[in-house]
Order: sequence, then structure tokens, then C-alpha cells
Amino acid sequence: MKDRYHVVIIGGGVSGCGLAYTLSTMGITDVLVLEKRYLNAGATGRCGGGIRQQWSTRENIRLAMESVKRFEVLAEELEYEIEYEQGGYLILNYTEEEDEQSRKNVALQNSMGLDSRYISPEEAREIVPALNTSDILGATFCPTDGHANPFWVTEGYARAARRAGVEILTGIEATGFRTGDGRIEEVETTRGPVKADYVVNAAGAWSATLAARAGVELPNRPYRHEILATEVYRHFLDPMVISFSKGIYFSQTKRGEIVGGIGDPNEPSGFNMKGSLNFLHRMAREITHIIPSFRNLNVVRQWAGLYDVTPDARPILGAVPELDNFIQMNGYSGHGFMISPMCARLTAEIIAYGRTKTMSIDTLTVDRFRRGDLEMEANVVG
Amino acid sequence: MRVICRCEDIDEEEVLRAIREGYTDLESLKRHLRIGIGPCQGRTCMPLLIRILARETGRRPEEIAPTTFRPPVKPIPLGVLADRPGESENAGRAGDAEGDADHGTEDEPEGGGGR
Ligand SMILES: Cc1cc2nc3c(=O)[nH]c(=O)nc-3n(C[C@H](O)[C@H](O)[C@H](O)COP(=O)(O)OP(=O)(O)OC[C@H]3O[C@@H](n4cnc5c(N)ncnc54)[C@H](O)[C@@H]3O)c2cc1C
Ligand code: FES
Ligand code: FES
Repeated sequence: MKDRYHVVIIGGGVSGCGLAYTLSTMGITDVLVLEKRYLNAGATGRCGGGIRQQWSTRENIRLAMESVKRFEVLAEELEYEIEYEQGGYLILNYTEEEDEQSRKNVALQNSMGLDSRYISPEEAREIVPALNTSDILGATFCPTDGHANPFWVTEGYARAARRAGVEILTGIEATGFRTGDGRIEEVETTRGPVKADYVVNAAGAWSATLAARAGVELPNRPYRHEILATEVYRHFLDPMVISFSKGIYFSQTKRGEIVGGIGDPNEPSGFNMKGSLNFLHRMAREITHIIPSFRNLNVVRQWAGLYDVTPDARPILGAVPELDNFIQMNGYSGHGFMISPMCARLTAEIIAYGRTKTMSIDTLTVDRFRRGDLEMEANVVG
Repeated sequence: MRVICRCEDIDEEEVLRAIREGYTDLESLKRHLRIGIGPCQGRTCMPLLIRILARETGRRPEEIAPTTFRPPVKPIPLGVLADRPGESENAGRAGDAEGDADHGTEDEPEGGGGR
């Protein structure tokens, strides 16, 4: 570790490593990534891996669509297998309300060039033959949605960034900041201080705690989300299947496991990452209702991770007004993996050019909470 | 060559190579090699892996095997789980059926972390 870098990135998940790699492709390699535990120790290593473009707000649709273009070429570019598959996302509608909202979403998505469509329960069963359609009102499907292995994506980014000269260090925690003149001058770490022109907060569920150490208040709060995996089975399920009203999602990984989770509306905010029996039961009940033949699948693992949730379920990007070199890359609210390529791109542009070029992030900076002009993202799962 | 993880078919050579590449803790080895995530959930291979890692990195096995190493969960059919009445939050987890103690600490989450 040197005593100064152009960019210090805090957090070794898909955000931090993705940004480090993206910067390196733009010729910026005087970069340090600090990870307090090991790469993928946070949400990224615990994530469902889903990549969905079917969102309800313009920004998220755009972020996800651009990210899919990146995922499509990423393995080749990184020279690293990422287990990317475009089996689509099948979104099931159980309530009148979500059925209606889903038609509006598809109209907006189609107007932006996304190939999503509203389908009948019978058409849904053509995509997933084992589906129980008795209480489904309708569904939407987007064939270019899919999933990838978040651990391998991050690993691939980290390797490529290191090859380009970026330093990625694990077991080092950012503990505080020395600020002056409206900027961060130094990051304090468990290995001593390090100076930086830019400091990026990619600390996931810990990002609000970290920002507070620089005197910056972020509205993100951590929430536990649980997930399980079954044994490996021969490939039989193409799409990721989800329901917003049930808060459930599941897919079959390229490896063959069914991996899925379900949100708990009663979950309090906190850093608890323990798995619960309650989750296993709820998940088992809902998933076997949706696909009754799943009763025979064996669960072998369960784990939990933290969503980093903002009040409008959209990420926080860009600098904060009080410290103009303190760049945020957090608040992903449970869908940060799928939009990470584009968020890395935008953040790299801020560092390289002083502003974003690909798209405006005016509605995604932290100021929006202070102005109070929020547009809620409706299509949140879990 | 000695097979270390029978479920995932990983031999000692692969383990040694990964350690040389810098995967020097159980979590990253597990994720990198997918060792210990087969049907037996590491029952067979974890003790071997810990011994190799200790030898190669000059550490004691106790330093490597974190308090967090979760005893394997016995495979349970979803149908069985679905039929059991809901229990209160944090009542336990799949492995508890075998009387596994809770080895989790506050800092290191249960399950060791993910995929
Ligand atoms: C159960 C579950 C399922 C999910 N499913 C999906 C899905 O299907 N699709 C999707 O797109 N998203 C999903 N997500 C969300 C997704 O995982 C996250 O949004 C994404 O991984 C966030 O990546 P990140 O790099 O920003 O944060 P993280 O991966 O959390 O990385 C932050 C890192 O910062 C480190 N850190 C924190 N503080 C410090 C410090 N002070 N100093 C140094 N290092 C520090 C942490 O150790 C951590 O490794 C899911 C999340 C969970 C928990
Ligand atoms: S022997 Fe390694 S998981 Fe079974
Ligand atoms: S070695 Fe047979 S189940 Fe793991």
C-alpha cells in the first residue's frame, strides 16, 4: 500500500471491483480497493444473481438495459467464466393491483426498447411447464433477462483490474476520514492513513455507517434477506421466476441448484445475518405452491445477506454536496448486482471527466432525499 | 493425486494451486474451488482442507477453522419443510435438526457467507 492514490475505493464487492476494472479500461490505474474482510464478503457473495430489466422507473430500466449489454460481453472481455445465462424473468401477478401495474410497466419498458411482454397464465405455463397457474392473473416475461454468478463476476473484475496494475487489498478496514476544504484528504485505515484525490463509498450495507465517519448522513439502512440453495439437478428451469406481492424469487443456476429467497415484511433494520428456520418454512411453502413438484427438491444450504435499502429503492450515485471528492456507489436496495456494470461506468465517468456522459444521474444523487423529490421504484422483490 | 473433495471432485493439486494463487482462507477457497459445497456439505473435505491450508500457510488449524465454520446441513426436501408449522423467528436452522450448535459470532455471519 502506497501513501497516496488517485482513487481509493472502499468495499470489495461487485461495485468496488467493477469500478476498479472500469477505471482501468479508461487508463486510470492509480487505484486502491480496500476490503475489510475478503472479496465478496458482503451482499455480492450472498446474492441471488438475478439480472432483470423489467423495472417501473425509467432510471432503473435504463441502468439495467445498459448493464445487460455489458453482461453479454463481460466473460469474453474479462477472460473469466461468469455463468451468465439469459433464460428470461417470468414475473407472476397474483393481485389485481400488480396485474394492472405490470401492464403499465411493460408499456414504459417497450417505449424504451425493451422486449418485455404481458402474457396469460397459459403462456406462462409454456415457459415453465410445472407452474401452478390456479391463482395467477397474468404475467410478464422478458427473454433477455437472466442471471450470472456474482462471485465470479467480481472475481473476474478483480483479476483483470490487478493485471492492469490496480491494487486490491483485503483484510484492511477504512476506519475514518480526515477532511478539510470541503473534501476528503485522507482515508484512515487499519494499516495507517492513505491520501486520495477521490474516495468512493462502495461499502454496501455498511455505507451509511462509513459515510457518517466523514460527517455525511446517508438514508440507507441495512435489512437482512435470506436465501437457500437446493442440491444440483439437471437443467429444467430456464427463467428466474418472481412475484412482487409474495416477495419471492428463484432460478436454477448454471451449476444446477435452485437458488431463491423470500423477503419478510416484518424484518427489522439491522446487521443480523443469521439464517432462520422461519425463513425455510415460509420459502418452502411459497415455492411449493408456485411449483408443486418442487416438494421433492432437497435443500442443502441457507444463508443471509444484507440489502442496503434507500427510501425510494434506488441507488445513490455521485458526489455529496458537503465533500466534493466523496463519491457514493451504494443504496442498491437489493438489486445492485444487475445494475452494477452501468453504475461502475457512470462512477468511472465522474472520476475521469468530472461528470457522467452516458446518462444523467441528477435523480440518483443523495440530494434527492434532501430536496424530498422521490419517485418510488415499485418493482422491488423480497 | 489425492482427492480432497469427493463430492465436487477436487484434488490436492487444485487446492495447492489455489493456495499459491492467494486463496488462503476457507471462505475464498470454498468459493473459488467450490470445495465443500457438495451433497455432504464439506463433512468429508473440510477437515482435510483445513489441514492442508494450515500446513501450507504455517498456521495452526484452530487459527484457520473459524468459529463460523457451519456444520453441514442435512438435505431436507422442500415438501417436508413446507408442511412443518411455522416456528418463531431464529428458532434454529436446517442443521439444528442434527443437534448442531450455533457456531456463529456477531461479526461472522452464520452460513459462512453465501453461494
Ligand atoms: C440474499 C440476497 C439476494 C440478492 N439477490 C440479488 C439479485 O438477484 N440480483 C441483484 O441484482 N441483486 C441482488 N442482491 C443485491 C446485491 O447482492 C447487492 O446490491 C450488491 O451485491 C451490492 O454490491 P456492493 O459491492 O455494492 O456491496 P457488497 O457486496 O456488500 O460489498 C461491500 C463490501 O464493503 C466491505 N466494507 C464495508 N465497510 C468497509 C470498510 N469500512 N472498509 C473496508 N471494507 C468495507 C464489506 O466487507 C463488503 O465486502 C441480493 C442481495 C442479497 C443479500
Ligand atoms: S467432499 Fe467436499 S463437499 Fe463433499
Ligand atoms: S463424499 Fe460422499 S457425500 Fe460427500
